[in-house]
Amino acid sequence: MKICLPLLLLLAGPALGSLDQSLNTITKVGSEGQGNEAASEAWKDVVKAGPGALLPILAATGKGSVVADNWLRLAANTIAANAGAASPVTELETFLRDEKQSSAARVLAFDLIQQADAQKADIIEPTLLTDPAQELRRGAVQRLIEEAKTKAAAKDEAGAKAVFEKAFDAARDEDQVKAVADGLEKLGEKPDIAKHFGFLMKWNIIGPFDNAKREGFATVFPPEKEIKLDAIYDGKTGKVAWQPFEITNEYGKLDFNKPLGVITGAAPAAPKEEAPVEGRRKKSAGIEYLKEVTAYAVTDFNSPTERDAEIRLGCKDGWKVWLNGEFIFGRDEYHRGAQLDQYKLKVHLKKGKNTILVKCCQNEQKEDWTVEWEFQLRVCDSTGTAITQG
Amino acid sequence: MNFKMNGNFALKTAACALLSSLISHPLSAASDWLQFRGTNSLGFSESAKVPVNLKVQWAAKLPGRGLSSVIVVGDRIFLTASSGPKQERLHVLCLKNSDGSLLWERQLKATGRTMSHAKTCVAAPTPCSDGKRLFAIWSCNDLAAFDLEGNLLWLRGITTDYPNVSNSLGMASSPIVIGDAVIVPVENDSESYTIGVDANTGRNLWKMERPKAANWSSPIAWQSADGRIIAVLQSKDGLLGVDPNTGSRLWEYKDGASTMASSVADKNAIYATSHGITAIQPGTSGTEPKQLWRAEQMNPGTASTVVVDGKIYALNSAGVLNQADLKDGGKGWKLRMTGPFSASPVAAGKYIVAVNEKGLVQVADAAAAEGAVVGSLDLKAQMLEKENILSTPSLAGNSIYVRGDSYLWKISE
Repeated sequence: MKICLPLLLLLAGPALGSLDQSLNTITKVGSEGQGNEAASEAWKDVVKAGPGALLPILAATGKGSVVADNWLRLAANTIAANAGAASPVTELETFLRDEKQSSAARVLAFDLIQQADAQKADIIEPTLLTDPAQELRRGAVQRLIEEAKTKAAAKDEAGAKAVFEKAFDAARDEDQVKAVADGLEKLGEKPDIAKHFGFLMKWNIIGPFDNAKREGFATVFPPEKEIKLDAIYDGKTGKVAWQPFEITNEYGKLDFNKPLGVITGAAPAAPKEEAPVEGRRKKSAGIEYLKEVTAYAVTDFNSPTERDAEIRLGCKDGWKVWLNGEFIFGRDEYHRGAQLDQYKLKVHLKKGKNTILVKCCQNEQKEDWTVEWEFQLRVCDSTGTAITQG
Repeated sequence: MNFKMNGNFALKTAACALLSSLISHPLSAASDWLQFRGTNSLGFSESAKVPVNLKVQWAAKLPGRGLSSVIVVGDRIFLTASSGPKQERLHVLCLKNSDGSLLWERQLKATGRTMSHAKTCVAAPTPCSDGKRLFAIWSCNDLAAFDLEGNLLWLRGITTDYPNVSNSLGMASSPIVIGDAVIVPVENDSESYTIGVDANTGRNLWKMERPKAANWSSPIAWQSADGRIIAVLQSKDGLLGVDPNTGSRLWEYKDGASTMASSVADKNAIYATSHGITAIQPGTSGTEPKQLWRAEQMNPGTASTVVVDGKIYALNSAGVLNQADLKDGGKGWKLRMTGPFSASPVAAGKYIVAVNEKGLVQVADAAAAEGAVVGSLDLKAQMLEKENILSTPSLAGNSIYVRGDSYLWKISE
C-alpha cells in the first residue's frame, strides 16, 4: 500500500509544529554529546509521527552536523522499518531528484526508497550516473562496468570502449576508476588517472630536515615561516634548497626518497601500483632510504573561482598541510597504511593562486614496510570531482 | 554432553560465579553474554554449557563484515557489521536467539575515518550491554546507544569531537559498561584518549589522555578489595586502575603490557598480558600493585587469555594452547590446536572454545590430563573464498555463537 503525501501530512497535521521543533532540536546536537538529552526526547517524537515525518526528516538532513544527520537517519530507518511499504515512495523520489537538496538527504531518500520498494530503486539507480552525490553514482557506474565487460567478452571492442569511457567520466570511487582503467587499457587505451582525480603533479620540494625522536613534526623549520624558492637553509646533513619535482606516478604519489634519497647503485625499481592498504615491500635495489627526516613540498593551485573545496591527502608518514599560509590539519601517525582520500580537509579557495604547503616526516623504523616517505594530494569538490585549474 | 564436575572444580566455578555476579549487571540474567569475552572479566561463562558434538543450529546471513562478537541479552542476540565500498555503512542487528530471525536492524553512516587493514574492518569492537541498553562503537568512532527494541537513546561521533582520534590500521578496542559509565578506549598514535561516557546521556563523564600509541586491547572490570568495581585500562605502558565514574587514577602497573591481547581478572588478582602473563594484586588507591608471579613462557599473541578452574590459558598465534596455574604461574600442559588464531578463546564448564581464522571451531577439554580437543566443526563451506574469522566466539545457554563476514552461526549439540 502506498499512501500519498497530502494524506500523510493531514494525518500528521496537528503534530507538524512539534515535529518541526523536534527536528530542529535534533539538528542542534553539538560536540561531545551536547544536546543529547533533548535530542533523545525529540527523536522519540519524530519516530512517533510515522511515515509523515520522512520528508521533514529529509528536509532537516544536512542542516546540522554529520552526527545530527545520523540521528535523523536512524529516525527515518526506524519509521521505515515500522511502516514497511507505507513509505511515500513517489514523494521520496521527487526529493531525490531535487539536486539542490543536500547529498546526505538525497542518499537517505534513495535508501528509504530501496527499503520500501526495491524494484523502484532498481529503476532509479541507472539514472543517477552523473548525480552530484558520489555515493548515488556508484550503482549506475557499476552497471556500466558490467555492460562494458560483457561487450568486451563478446569482442565488441568499440562498444566496450564507449561504455568504459562513459563509466570513467562518471566514476569517483578508486576501485571503480581502477576497474574501468584496466578495462580501457586492455582495449589499448590509456586513461589519464591523475587528471581524472585531480592529483597535483608539479611541486617544489626541500629537505631533508631532522625528525630524530619524531621531534621534527612539531619543529617549525624555515618553510613554515616563509616560502622563498631561492632560499638556502641548514638541513639535517647540510645546506638544503628548493628544487622542482614533477610526479610521474599516475596516482600522484610524491616519493621524497627519489629526489632526496641517496642513490648507491642501480636505479630503484619503478614504483608499483599499490593496493589501498599496503603490504610489505622490499627495498628497491640501489637506494638508501632516508630515516628520521622531514621534507616539504609546495605548489600553487589556480582556482578559477572563489569556492569551497576539499584537499584530499593520502600519507602513511607524519604530515601537516597549510593553505595560503594557514595551517589546516596534521597527523603524527607513522606506517599504519595509506589510501587515496585517506584525509579530507575542507578548505575555502580564493580565486587565482592558492599556495599549498605539505610537510612530510619520516620516522626511525627500519622494517621494509616503513621505507615509504610519500604523499598524494588532490583538490576536488565535496563529491570527489576534481577541480580543474584556471 | 559429557560433563562431570569434581568438588574442587565446583568450588572454583562457584567462586567465579560469585565474582561474575558482583561485576555483572543487576538487570541481566546470569546466562547473558554482555560484552567482549563475556559478562565477567574471565572470558568464562558460569552458566553456559559448551556443546561437544557440534552442529549448526541456524545460520543468519549478515549485511556486512565484522569481527565484533555477538552479545546475548535474554532471548536476543545483538551484533554490529559494516558495509559499503568504504565500509561507511554501520549496522546494528538484533536477532531472535531461537531461530536467528531478524527482529530489527538500524543503520547509520560513519562520521569518522573508515580506513583499516584489509584483514580487519570497521565493525571490529564488540558492543556491550547493561541488560537494558546496548552500546555499540565502530572503528570510525561512532558510538550509539539503543534500547533493546532498537530505539536510539543517544549518539556520539568521537572523531568529529576529536579529529585526530583514529588509526589507519583500524581501531578495535571494545567498550565495557560499569554502572552508568561506558568506558570507551579510543587510543592511537596521535590524539589518544579513554573516555568515560554517561550511559544515560552519551556525554563525557571524564576524558583521560592516554599513551600515544596504537592500542587494540580492551579494558576489563575488576572488583577491588574495598568492594568497588573499577575499570582497568591497558596500554603499552602497563595497566591503570580507574574509577569508572570520575576517571580518577587509582593505581598503576608500569611494566608494560600488550597492545593486542587483553588481560583477565578474578577476585584474587589481575592476570596482565605483560611479559607473557604477570599476575598483579592491586592494593589500596595510590599504591603500586604487588607482583605475584610472572610466566614469560605464556605468550598469548593476538588472542586474549581465559581462566578455567584455577588455571589460565594463553593461545599463541601458531595454535599452541598453554596452561599455567593461577596461584603461581607454574607451567602446565601444552596443547596443539589447529591455527592460525586471531580470535580469543572463551570457556564454560571445563571446555575452552577456540575458532581459527579458517573457520574451524574447536572445543578443548581443559580437565583432560594433557588437554584434549574433543569437538570440532568446520564452517569453511559457508565462508567466502578470502574470508577469515577473527571474531571471538560468544557462549550462552547451550550454544556457541560464531560470526564471520557473511554469516552468524549458532552452534549447539
